[in-house]
Amino acid sequence: MISSDIQIVLPEIILALFAMGALLGAVYTGKDKTASFLTWLTAGVFLVLGAWIGLNGQGTQEAFGGMFIDDSFSRFAKVVILFSAAAVLIVSIDYMAKRDLLRFEYPILVALATVGMMVMVSAGDLMALYMGLELQSLALYVVASLRRDSAKSTEAGLKYFVLGALSSGLLLYGASLTYGFAGTTLFSGILTAVGHDVSIGLLFGMVFMMSGFAFKVSAAPFHMWTPDVYEGSPTPVTAFFATAPKVAAMGLFARVVYDAFGGVVGDWQQIVMMLSILSMFVGAIAAIGQTNIKRLMAYSSIAHMGFALMGLAAGTAMGVEAMLVYMSIYVTMNIGTFAFILSMEKDGKPVTEIKALSMYSKKEPLKALALLVLMFSLAGVPPMLGFMGKLAVFRAALEADLVWLAVAAGIASVIGAFYYLRVVYYMYFGEDSDALDGTMSPVAWGMLVASAVIMLVGIVNLFGIVPMAAEAAQALVN
Amino acid sequence: MIGIEHYLTVAAALFVIGIFGLFLNRKNIIILLMSIELILLSVNINFVAFSSFLNDLVGQVFTLFVLTVAAAEAAIGLAILVCFFRNRGTIDVEDVNVMKG
Repeated sequence: MISSDIQIVLPEIILALFAMGALLGAVYTGKDKTASFLTWLTAGVFLVLGAWIGLNGQGTQEAFGGMFIDDSFSRFAKVVILFSAAAVLIVSIDYMAKRDLLRFEYPILVALATVGMMVMVSAGDLMALYMGLELQSLALYVVASLRRDSAKSTEAGLKYFVLGALSSGLLLYGASLTYGFAGTTLFSGILTAVGHDVSIGLLFGMVFMMSGFAFKVSAAPFHMWTPDVYEGSPTPVTAFFATAPKVAAMGLFARVVYDAFGGVVGDWQQIVMMLSILSMFVGAIAAIGQTNIKRLMAYSSIAHMGFALMGLAAGTAMGVEAMLVYMSIYVTMNIGTFAFILSMEKDGKPVTEIKALSMYSKKEPLKALALLVLMFSLAGVPPMLGFMGKLAVFRAALEADLVWLAVAAGIASVIGAFYYLRVVYYMYFGEDSDALDGTMSPVAWGMLVASAVIMLVGIVNLFGIVPMAAEAAQALVN
Repeated sequence: MIGIEHYLTVAAALFVIGIFGLFLNRKNIIILLMSIELILLSVNINFVAFSSFLNDLVGQVFTLFVLTVAAAEAAIGLAILVCFFRNRGTIDVEDVNVMKG
């Protein structure tokens, strides 16, 4: 009994033990001297675990009386989380080493946050959900303020902490109401208690929990922490925030609305639609005035979460499939873009002004071209992969008869295209300047080019992730 | 006779006080931490009340988890606050404004 349960949560246990072992090992040996090795090792462990989960998993298994669910949905999300976290760790080494930021705590905290994310997407119980979410959030608060001697970084950490704790509080209040009115914390039990007609107490619980999730995925109107935290955190940490935690929070969102409230799709659908439409427009409009590329990426991620939520709002298996495809594409694009942002520097100091990209294409034609592809893809211009993601969520919304939502999303993506194209404009037609002189590490260069190539080549069959996402969506929705 | 609704009312009142404390407080970051604690403790009252009402132990187990996490959260919050104070020399909420969002 217990041994078969442990068999199911083995990847999480291994990663947690690895993080604790690495902490002890690093403290007793070289401390920060081991940081570079430890970062590579952690990335390697992520990749091995990701491959293991992706290749080995079969069917749906439950551990600890349903508290922990291992199905193809959670496996899909875990593979995306582990691979993107590994990619972010690898690209960040060079940047951090240059700025004396490469501390051994960084990979360990990222590993702990990743354990939390893996528990989140597998949660089958309100308690597992809360513990996973907090493990992730507490580790992320610390990495946001990793640069202890910078006012910006500590302020980012403080803001993230206060607003993150508020969102956990909202979520927890919702969880307590759900527990009280359903009489159980198990999602399967809540599903039976809810039935097809939700009582007022459970409705309150659901709404509170969903506002907590909206905070974590940075969906408007709960997005206000995002720009400041993205701007203030060290850039590798920003890259991490924009990728794996978003996938995990989105996975958790889908998990709860389907596993616990799957009987009342009509009730939560309205909330998700509102979150989706607000995020798309806030992300698109507020980004226009930004001059800092990290803030721009923050608003861009708010808008992208809006599109991903549109897939969820469809309330069908196809919608979940579209959401998963969208999130995987979004993560790939973001890793490439942040690999580029990490290399933006002048005289060894990081630069985040968009204007600094002026006439970048003259100096570095290949990198400028790769960034052009990524920006077009983020905007959703047809030949790139970003368009396929948008197409999937639009189709899901149309099939669910949410025509007005799809139309609004179309308008928002046209508005949003403006600021992505402005970056391209600066690179190709801006005024002459030599605001950037940094060189890129080979690893970051590889990530940037690989991500851009994926955006172009992927349109053939999206590397076969569609059937996998479809299987994952089937496992969740039924 | 004190029934479950009384406990729920107290918890809801504490929760709302906590939320207002976060948003209306213009003075001190420590007060923000206290407000967060208040929110988490109001949730605990809810859990224990429901647990006793439903004759189900799960709510009390959940409370223990919440208490533990709240302690860890307060520790991390204070640690970040100390770093912030070292950089800025102040813990006024109004001074958390290097970035405007």
